[in-house]
Amino acid sequence: MSRSIRGADVSETMKTRAALVLGIALGAALTVAAQGYFGEIWRTYSEDIIYLTKQHVVLVLISSGLAILVGVPAGILLSRDFMRRYSETLLQVFNIGTTIPTLAILALSITLLGIGFKPAIFGLWVATLLPIVRNVFQGLRDVPAHLKEAAQGMGMTPLHILRSVELPNALYVMFAGIRTAVAVNVGTAPLAFLIGGGGLGELIFTGIDLNDMQMLLAGVIPVGLLSMLADYALAKGQFWLIPRGVNPLRP
Amino acid sequence: MIKLEKLSKIFETPNGGTVMAADKVSLEVAKGEICVLLGPSGCGKTTTLKMINGLIPKTSGKIHVAGRDTDTIDPVELRRSIGYVIQQIGLFPNMTIEDNICIVPDLLGWERSKARKRAAELLDLVNLDPSIFLKRFPKELSGGQQQRVGVIRALAADPPVLLMDEPFGAIDPINRAVIQDEFLRMQTELRKTIAFVSHDIDEAIKMADKIAIFRDGKLEQFDSPDDLLARPANDFIASFLGSDRTLKRLSLLKVSDVMLSGRIRVSAQDDVATARDMMKEAGHKNIVMVGPRGRARGYLHLNDVVEASGTVEEHYQALPTTVNVDADLRTAVSRMFRHDMTWMACVDDDGFFKGFITQRAISHQLGATYRDTPTEGLT
Repeated sequence: MSRSIRGADVSETMKTRAALVLGIALGAALTVAAQGYFGEIWRTYSEDIIYLTKQHVVLVLISSGLAILVGVPAGILLSRDFMRRYSETLLQVFNIGTTIPTLAILALSITLLGIGFKPAIFGLWVATLLPIVRNVFQGLRDVPAHLKEAAQGMGMTPLHILRSVELPNALYVMFAGIRTAVAVNVGTAPLAFLIGGGGLGELIFTGIDLNDMQMLLAGVIPVGLLSMLADYALAKGQFWLIPRGVNPLRP
Repeated sequence: MIKLEKLSKIFETPNGGTVMAADKVSLEVAKGEICVLLGPSGCGKTTTLKMINGLIPKTSGKIHVAGRDTDTIDPVELRRSIGYVIQQIGLFPNMTIEDNICIVPDLLGWERSKARKRAAELLDLVNLDPSIFLKRFPKELSGGQQQRVGVIRALAADPPVLLMDEPFGAIDPINRAVIQDEFLRMQTELRKTIAFVSHDIDEAIKMADKIAIFRDGKLEQFDSPDDLLARPANDFIASFLGSDRTLKRLSLLKVSDVMLSGRIRVSAQDDVATARDMMKEAGHKNIVMVGPRGRARGYLHLNDVVEASGTVEEHYQALPTTVNVDADLRTAVSRMFRHDMTWMACVDDDGFFKGFITQRAISHQLGATYRDTPTEGLT
């Protein structure tokens, strides 16, 4: 016992040291870079980057927020016994959302909603919806039948079973779906610029058009950082929000 | 306490046919008894059990639990008043052991502190230390520990009736025997009325006050384990019980059931001649020698002392083995065979000599049941 604790201590200190070394290296690199190429990009585009990043984050938050708000209840509904006969067919409909390229969806949503922020939100929402619905559905269906039987046999009501047994036990799979969906969303969001939705796509696509490498990077680097940040936040959420008994990440 | 009247269940198969999963099953489990529903898989025993708490809706017939017709009770309320244990245990992995045990008390709206206190008491009852286990999650427990928690979870709100669906089926044989014994010990105090599904004949004999044997949805025989083994109603039941069913009865009988009185005994200082006379008078080949306070010390064999003189002390042999009066005959016979003996001295917990058993007496006891029924000889 004591040995394994000491083992954990050692690996923790190793991690801390590695992080320290990395931090110093990164800091040094940034200081050097700030003087040179990247510093120049930042000096030139900082106002645009800040403004467009805000816009980008709003796009991502609203579209994925709506996707979660709709996708989770839809997944729950599809997993109910009375929907069993239709659930696969309906999931195929959601599937089409991912089969059609996101760019096409964005273009199609112009025909419905015109140009601007709204169709961008709609297009991103469609692209994000499926992984959420699919994982919520699958997670709930994968809850072992005997758990539901035990719950029912002890006199729990269907709503109580959903809340206390099914959802907690499906949470890990559901969360994985949300994580995938948000990753897709952040990565797709630059396309919103093409239909007038704004966001960091403006720097990227304009940079491509003008063959301006600095402008391109001014868009690409924040997009990359944003997606890493989002995934990190969701991973932390997955670790802390899911009950310990059903969380494979926690001992 | 549990009464089924012509209970039937007809399932419809996808291709339009019907299956009679339970066919006019009538039986009654008295208060405090364990009734084992026994049979091969697909015989309707589980269906019958699940109809009692409404998990499977019945097609026709009546079910009475604790004197109430279950048709008149809301199924959710009914289930909260019946303990339910399943083979897969079904502990909720997202909840601590404490919360798992408190599910039904919480559903019934018990005060929180009262429910938690009850959880700790119940863990104590199955020898799991509450200070260690209350806050653990199911995955941190071994299979046997989980199954114990599964059983006490069903007991949490102290329901008078328990339904158990192969509750010990998934545990290894050694742990299973331990948990069965533990459960029977609890049952002698709790006196719950229990319907218990099993496909294991030995488990049924061990646990049951009554056994209900099912085949193809029909209740074939409903009897006490001993009567069932002694008089199976038909060939199906006889073959299901096994060709060694008479031997299985050994575990239902206690040593004290066939023990012959230990009044005939000698002590160390007695004369051998006295011992010899006592044996001849009683028609015994052996006599047990007891110590000053009556503990079994040894024995004399008649052939060894025909010509002998002196005291018993000078001639006795040590007893190769003894058996406790409370042991079952299976243990006794096994020990007799191991030591190649035809008789054995019986002692109580403190080693005091109580009597003896003979192979003759055992086979007589087992055979007695068959001699009552003259037809048995013909089949």
